[in-house]
Amino acid sequence: MSSSANGNNSNNGRVTWEGCSVLLDINDGDRLVFARLSPAAKLKIGNKNCSLQPLIGTPFGSLFELDGTSLSPLIPSPQADATNNEEIKEDGQPNAESRDNRELVDNNTAQTLTGEDIEAMRRQGAGGNEIIEALIANSATYDKKTAFSQEKYRRKKQKKYAPKVLLRRPVARSICEAYFKKYPSKIGFLRVDTLSLLLSMANVSANSDILVVDMISGLLTGAVAERLGGTGFVCNSYLGQSPYSMDIVRIFNFSDEICKRIVRCPIADLLSSKESPEQTLQVADVNDACNVESQSNDPMGATANTDEISHSPGNGISDLGTENAENENIPVIRACKATKAGEKAPQETIDSWKENGFSSLLIAAPEMDIWPLVRDVLPLLSNSAPFAIYHQYLQPLATCMHNLQLAKMAIGLQISEPWLREYQVLPSRTHPSMQMSAFGGYILTGTKICSSSC
Amino acid sequence: MLAIDPAKKLSFNRLISNGDLVIVYERHDNMKAVTVSEGSVLQNRFGVFKHSEWIGKPFGSKVFSNKGGFVYLLAPTPELWTLVLSHRTQILYIADISFVIMYLEVVPGCLVLESGTGSGSLTTSLARAVAPMGHVHTFDFHEQRAGSARDDFERTGLSSLISVRVRDIQGEGFPSEFAGLADAVFLDLPQPWLAIPSAAKMLKQDGTLCSFSPCVEQVQRSCETLQNCFTDIRTFEVLLRTYEVKEGKMENLNGDNNDSNGSLPCKRRQRSDGSYAPDTSVSSVMARPCGEARGHTGYLTFARLKCL
Ligand SMILES: C[S@@+](CC[C@H](N)C(=O)[O-])C[C@H]1O[C@@H](n2cnc3c(N)ncnc32)[C@H](O)[C@@H]1O
Repeated sequence: MSSSANGNNSNNGRVTWEGCSVLLDINDGDRLVFARLSPAAKLKIGNKNCSLQPLIGTPFGSLFELDGTSLSPLIPSPQADATNNEEIKEDGQPNAESRDNRELVDNNTAQTLTGEDIEAMRRQGAGGNEIIEALIANSATYDKKTAFSQEKYRRKKQKKYAPKVLLRRPVARSICEAYFKKYPSKIGFLRVDTLSLLLSMANVSANSDILVVDMISGLLTGAVAERLGGTGFVCNSYLGQSPYSMDIVRIFNFSDEICKRIVRCPIADLLSSKESPEQTLQVADVNDACNVESQSNDPMGATANTDEISHSPGNGISDLGTENAENENIPVIRACKATKAGEKAPQETIDSWKENGFSSLLIAAPEMDIWPLVRDVLPLLSNSAPFAIYHQYLQPLATCMHNLQLAKMAIGLQISEPWLREYQVLPSRTHPSMQMSAFGGYILTGTKICSSSC
Repeated sequence: MLAIDPAKKLSFNRLISNGDLVIVYERHDNMKAVTVSEGSVLQNRFGVFKHSEWIGKPFGSKVFSNKGGFVYLLAPTPELWTLVLSHRTQILYIADISFVIMYLEVVPGCLVLESGTGSGSLTTSLARAVAPMGHVHTFDFHEQRAGSARDDFERTGLSSLISVRVRDIQGEGFPSEFAGLADAVFLDLPQPWLAIPSAAKMLKQDGTLCSFSPCVEQVQRSCETLQNCFTDIRTFEVLLRTYEVKEGKMENLNGDNNDSNGSLPCKRRQRSDGSYAPDTSVSSVMARPCGEARGHTGYLTFARLKCL
């Protein structure tokens, strides 16, 4: 892990600092928010605006609770903690328990505490946990519930009256998972296991020069840069004149060394023969989306310092990835670093790639016709270089694979579809999760071989 | 296998030289690791291949035997290595391996502990992920296996990134010299729950652990033990479905054009730019899942050390 650039990154980036990017997991994934920590940054949870100041200088992995109006660290109990039993809600199967729910009558009269009562408690300074205890004490049915229902009830109230915020490190895994869960269209529906397979199959490793076509907002570029660790290059290439968005790269806490290794280049420049003069002109007036955004001033006040993926409290799954998410979630994290990721690739570097070839190729271009692109860029790889291409549809990859075979450009060609199933593991109640992602995309992999001329 | 020395970049069109490890590719399901040695030959069903004829050719070349048969010579990668290594134990395969690396958040510079080493299939990918400045310490209680693994890492050029030690990790735990230093710990042991308390001592706060177990009973016990010091405990199964692709002609039943007779030889008319010339016969590239697949490898249980 890199050292400088991250301010006081003395603990291998495991403790937050002012200006650091974080992923906030609110109430066990109900809401996921990317934020940049500053003394002025505020986050709205429920109807309260809470300062993120208490999060600065705390270890990643810390859990905070909103009890009253400010976030305070929650010390986990040494025994089993409730978050590990997350999936109790999935099956109410009581285990060796005498109580069952035969006597439970569901008629809205069970709770005697009214909204006004709760407001009154609040005014008198009651914290969230006190309110929860009062709700339980005033519930006519709580005692009749099974232990699991009791826990479920408590958790429901806790989410409302004492929300929890988990501070997580924004790395390829957590960023991919957060987007996949809340805003999958932005990352072309690329699931984390598929991303991991892409990186492995393309042999992404230190000191390699990786050619990337990333039309999934920079997730692939960032994930590759993370694996290069400030060595080699990730060449984010694009068709035409305007680079594709790399918003997500800024969510990673990349050091200057790593940022410097993320460069951009039009595919046309890579394909043109060496000393073609006009291509440098072409790029000069391109508006680098990344730079423009990072220079913009703060029009929205300190709360705008967060890149909210979800605006649907209490509802983690349903209405995301819909159009409204698109509008509400304009990424507004501003880079506050001197070095920007995604500078134009220097001409000497481009020349050296032309001479030596890239070490591998990665493509995630969900909207693009893959075969003509692959046909053109594959010759840019050095011989024996592996490549991995992601697509959410099978047919473009099938066509591409077939044509690569006919053209004898590559061997070891394979289309695979990763399958990922999570399990609930509990004593005597272990089974696959009730919900699973049924689709995480397809990938085509292979190895480039020497053309007949060599 | 890796460009640990930045001066020897992988992207250079390197030429094969005496002593290099190459992967000899016959077919996607038939590959072999060979160390090039000037006077040696490779003999297979395609004939006899002289190593001396390989030297000086670029990786990725097609080379021929005395009988005109051919193979390709590929540069080794951890993925290829996993397909050709000698199985001294059950090993982890690509789908599990790649998910483990990502989910353990292993990046360059990390310190990773692993037990058992087994055949070193996972270790090879861990080494790639921590390179160039990190390190993998891997432990197996089986002396001979540890020795063979060490030889393999020498052969694949990874020995500067990996230390192999003989130790009973279930009985003694990891060596205390690593206490609080590990970014990630990986366990592939018959009774992982015995090693979990030690793994917890080794990890940095918020450090990650993964345990791979084929049986659900093992997972059950591991998860119970993990409750003590870990959080974010999650168990997954990862599999791959592969597809076969072929070009075929579908019979057109409409009979609305006179080319639709299925017995007519179908001529592919593909132009060099990849587009298809207008052609009334219906020929298309089709894909379907392969009939057989690996149905189970093991469960992957991940957890994070609680922050106290
Ligand atoms: C299935 S293999 C590991 C395979 C490895 N993950 C790979 O990908 O090649 C399990 C290994 O654990 C080792 N082992 C079993 N019990 C052990 C113990 N108590 N301490 C250390 N190693 C142990 C065995 O000798 C065996 O080599």
